[in-house]
Amino acid sequence: MPATIAEWEAVIGLETHVQLGTESKIFTGASTSFGDNPNTHIDPVVCGLPGTLPVLNKKVLEYAVKAALALNLNIAEHSKFDRKQYFYPDLPKNYQISQFDQPIAEEGWIDVEVAEKGKDTYVKKIGIERLHMEEDAGKLVHAGSDRLAGSTYSLVDYNRAGVALAEIVSKPDLRTGREAAEYASEIRRIMRYLGVSDGNMQEGSLRCDVNISVRRGPKAPFGTKVEIKNMNSFSAIQKACEYEISRQIKAYESGEPVIQETRLWDEGKQLTKSMRSKEGSSDYRYFPDPDLGPIEVTEELREAWRNELPELPAAKRIRYVEELSLSSYDARVLTDELSMASYFEDVVKAGAAAKLASNWITGDIAAYVNANKLNFTELPFSPKDLAEMIKLISSGKISGKIAKEILPELLKAGGSPEKIIDERGLGMISDPSTLSDMVDELMVDYPKEVEAFRGGKKKLQGFFVGQLMKITSGKADPKLANQILLKKLLG
Amino acid sequence: MTEKITAEDVQKVANLARLDLPEEQISTYSAQLEKIITYVAQLEEIDTTGVPPTTRAVEVTNVSREDQVLSSPVREELLSLAPERQEDFFRVPKILSD
Repeated sequence: MPATIAEWEAVIGLETHVQLGTESKIFTGASTSFGDNPNTHIDPVVCGLPGTLPVLNKKVLEYAVKAALALNLNIAEHSKFDRKQYFYPDLPKNYQISQFDQPIAEEGWIDVEVAEKGKDTYVKKIGIERLHMEEDAGKLVHAGSDRLAGSTYSLVDYNRAGVALAEIVSKPDLRTGREAAEYASEIRRIMRYLGVSDGNMQEGSLRCDVNISVRRGPKAPFGTKVEIKNMNSFSAIQKACEYEISRQIKAYESGEPVIQETRLWDEGKQLTKSMRSKEGSSDYRYFPDPDLGPIEVTEELREAWRNELPELPAAKRIRYVEELSLSSYDARVLTDELSMASYFEDVVKAGAAAKLASNWITGDIAAYVNANKLNFTELPFSPKDLAEMIKLISSGKISGKIAKEILPELLKAGGSPEKIIDERGLGMISDPSTLSDMVDELMVDYPKEVEAFRGGKKKLQGFFVGQLMKITSGKADPKLANQILLKKLLG
Repeated sequence: MTEKITAEDVQKVANLARLDLPEEQISTYSAQLEKIITYVAQLEEIDTTGVPPTTRAVEVTNVSREDQVLSSPVREELLSLAPERQEDFFRVPKILSD
């Protein structure tokens, strides 16, 4: 009997390259600055000239170990660097310094929250095989054609060569494109929380290669594995996986073979296409790099670095739901960026209700921060002042409408909301006799509407509320105003 | 005893190193490589029972430097060393054959 689409299962693993955010390269003092003129940041070590000696950047080891600890990996007491030999002009030395059989860390996992529109959100534990340190390669510009195959020569820029990377290899635990995208985005989030990488996909500081195969159900042996490269967003990772899964299923079902190869995601055409192999052989002939001594991470050093780790996004998500009673959606939005989460926590610490703080922060304030390309840490409106504003609303001193009105200038210049309210007389009118007088006047001004209301057009109460707000510039206490209006209108 | 270095071994190594080896030189190189291997194989005569494996003879660990930017004063010279250069780029022949 032929298998149906539903019986097929995809098996996906990700290799993620994270650029570690050091000032200088992994084995030499050349700068890692992005976007400069070609070959600005080269030196004899980067170019692999004879007689030069690479020396490990301390910060790279620290960042790699911290990243590994955050991914629950075991840190190797003894580790070393190896040479991976291949001939391609992006490497001036003809070998890449990487780690082969003794990576800095192995065997870990992360909890990934998988949320998709119209489907139940779930948390899945994804295994991580290893994390190792290595150097990045240079960048090639293929000239004479827009395609590599037709180009007559290539231009090489080694600014990126020798920049420190952590390669994180997941276990083949991912089953859908969405899971792959969520996993990658959680890795990025963790790296940003740690401050070890900016995770900027457009600038290439976070790159994902996907390994993907399909099989007939969870007990069947793995199918032929295909590698996909060239996705520069999380949604591209998801779409590339989804495209590839259906391509492979179709191939098997129509009796065509799936061949082991590397394919490139074409963002414009939304499909993967076969890439011609850049090298016939993948015999990398690894051997220990004789220029670099072994690495030892003592328990003492490891624990000192562990103590410097911040609370990680998954822990925050759980805490926001369990301790602050937020929805898992709110928790997810608030914890996406550490700066936003910290801002939120400071507002709550200053006494504001968590749900109200969450609404303001993920709503108007996030919109302002994003529109102005700011970071929450740069916001003139301090968490303490936002807490004050939320308390003014909760206590009934100002309406939410007034708060929204003064918000733009608070966001721009900061300051005490209470002071602004007092100085401008923006406080809510909640004195019953004042409101009562105003309602009386309104009823004199709009006799027809009073008549109609009493004749059954109850909707007109809204008209009177509107008029009252107009006279008071929105300052009438809405609850009280409605009470008084209803009483008087009913006569 | 070491294994014989065959013509195929030499071809493979040459291919990996991107060397275009003329047919007549293959036997010369296989003989030379075999000599080298045999010479190094003398090390196998030493009894290493109970000696832990190591990748180096000097016991130095964690040689490292501070994360400090040092611009190279020889950038121009490095670019000029290249067989071909185009402005600020190194220029290399086409990578794939058609």
